[in-house]
Amino acid sequence: MAARTAKAEKGTWRVKKGLAEMLKGGVIMDVTTPEQAKIAEDAGAVAVMALERVPADIRAAGGVARMADPTIIIKIMETVTIPVMAKARIGHFVEAQILEALGVDYIDESEVLTPADEEHHIDKNRFRVPFVCGARNLGEALRRIAEGAAMVRTKGEPGTGNVVEAVRHMRAVMAEVRKVKGMAEEELATEAKLLGAPLGLLQEVKRLGGLPVVNFSAGGIATPADAALMMQLGADGIFVGSGIFKSGNPAARARAIVRATTHFDDPGVLAEVSKDLGEAMPGLEMASIKKEDRMQERGW
Amino acid sequence: MAGSSNSGAPRIGVLALQGAVSEHLDAVRAARAVPVAVRRVDQLAGLAGLIIPGGESTVIGRLAQEHGFVEAIPKEAARGMAVWGTCAGLIFLAKDIKGGLPGQPRLGLMDITAVRNGFGRQVDSFEADLAVGGIGGRPFRGVFIRAPYIEQVGAGVEVLAEFDGKVVAARQGRLLATAFHPELAGDARVHRYFLGMARKTP
Repeated sequence: MAARTAKAEKGTWRVKKGLAEMLKGGVIMDVTTPEQAKIAEDAGAVAVMALERVPADIRAAGGVARMADPTIIIKIMETVTIPVMAKARIGHFVEAQILEALGVDYIDESEVLTPADEEHHIDKNRFRVPFVCGARNLGEALRRIAEGAAMVRTKGEPGTGNVVEAVRHMRAVMAEVRKVKGMAEEELATEAKLLGAPLGLLQEVKRLGGLPVVNFSAGGIATPADAALMMQLGADGIFVGSGIFKSGNPAARARAIVRATTHFDDPGVLAEVSKDLGEAMPGLEMASIKKEDRMQERGW
Repeated sequence: MAGSSNSGAPRIGVLALQGAVSEHLDAVRAARAVPVAVRRVDQLAGLAGLIIPGGESTVIGRLAQEHGFVEAIPKEAARGMAVWGTCAGLIFLAKDIKGGLPGQPRLGLMDITAVRNGFGRQVDSFEADLAVGGIGGRPFRGVFIRAPYIEQVGAGVEVLAEFDGKVVAARQGRLLATAFHPELAGDARVHRYFLGMARKTP
């Protein structure tokens, strides 16, 4: 065949968005060591998020949370064969440049870390590596997509083991999508203004009847039932942060959450996989977290 | 004709355990066949063809094993069901896997050696125009995402496309494997080619 001379184009929108499409129906797990990464891969994670500390520990430690030490990320990349993601601070485009140089598969511009810029996010269109960003509503999701995010995750409140905020924000995004779907074309410009979202992307949401990129749920998911709840509410997949390695039996819980994500609409399977998992991570009531300590408020 | 609906359009399943399932269902519909999301082995009955989508091959393999697909798909293939694997699906179809997990579940139906993540990590993922045998005409836009390639093919395997000297599409009788993602290309020619394979009575 004559194809060997054809030119390869890297870092295209289709290739960035495409990797997220390959992760659908799967679970992405936070890990801090190569050993944890191996447990996650063996349990059926579609990808891992390489971190220095899980959100619950970041919350407990306080202070400024930054990108992980590259050594940890490299060790995890050497240990597993599935995609490895890593977090950069909001607006910290140099941390993102470093993560791209390391060859990570996805960058999470994440509110779990302390923001480096309180007005602007990273110009993600300038990178070859794809980005995932958090959102609490449709406007925030579309602003991130306009900046180049090829995947979105609706935010919860990280490190709490409390799913209530994840539910709130998934419901908000889904309700806004349904509303836009039903709007007349001429109503979209005003809606775009109200949401603070680009009109072109809003028109795309109406045409597609959904977000133009894959949308996972993240933040506060601690049990198989939590994962299935978020899937039934419309998530394409699940991020689990502290929920696995802060629990009594991480390997068993990781496997159970994977199975619950696959069989999210089969209560018989959910009942089976929810048995004998040991202690879930300790949970935090939202009222006990001061407003300035809420990570979800970060992102503009 | 096996696997036809009343209207004569063949029923094509997409293994719906994990990965890019909806994109294949849409592409099957665009190619004028009846798409079926397959989550249980009993749904394989009467399908003219089955597509194993892209996703994480380790995850699809494990879930397929838990659900009995590793035994059920070869049985249906022996009955005459055509099978097509894209990316992770190619790995799942292959007799031999390089770079997989130890004991990674596979169908082992196709006489090929798949090199997992052969083209590298996500920063090396790419698009390129390909000459694909059997689909005719202009080049096909290949979307390669942490893609595998085929290192060795057995005697009965026909190479359909190469990129950079590596085999990226191949056919063995009623089995088809592509390292790239035709379901993301907005071009239904490879899906129509598979429909042609699935329509033929074995």
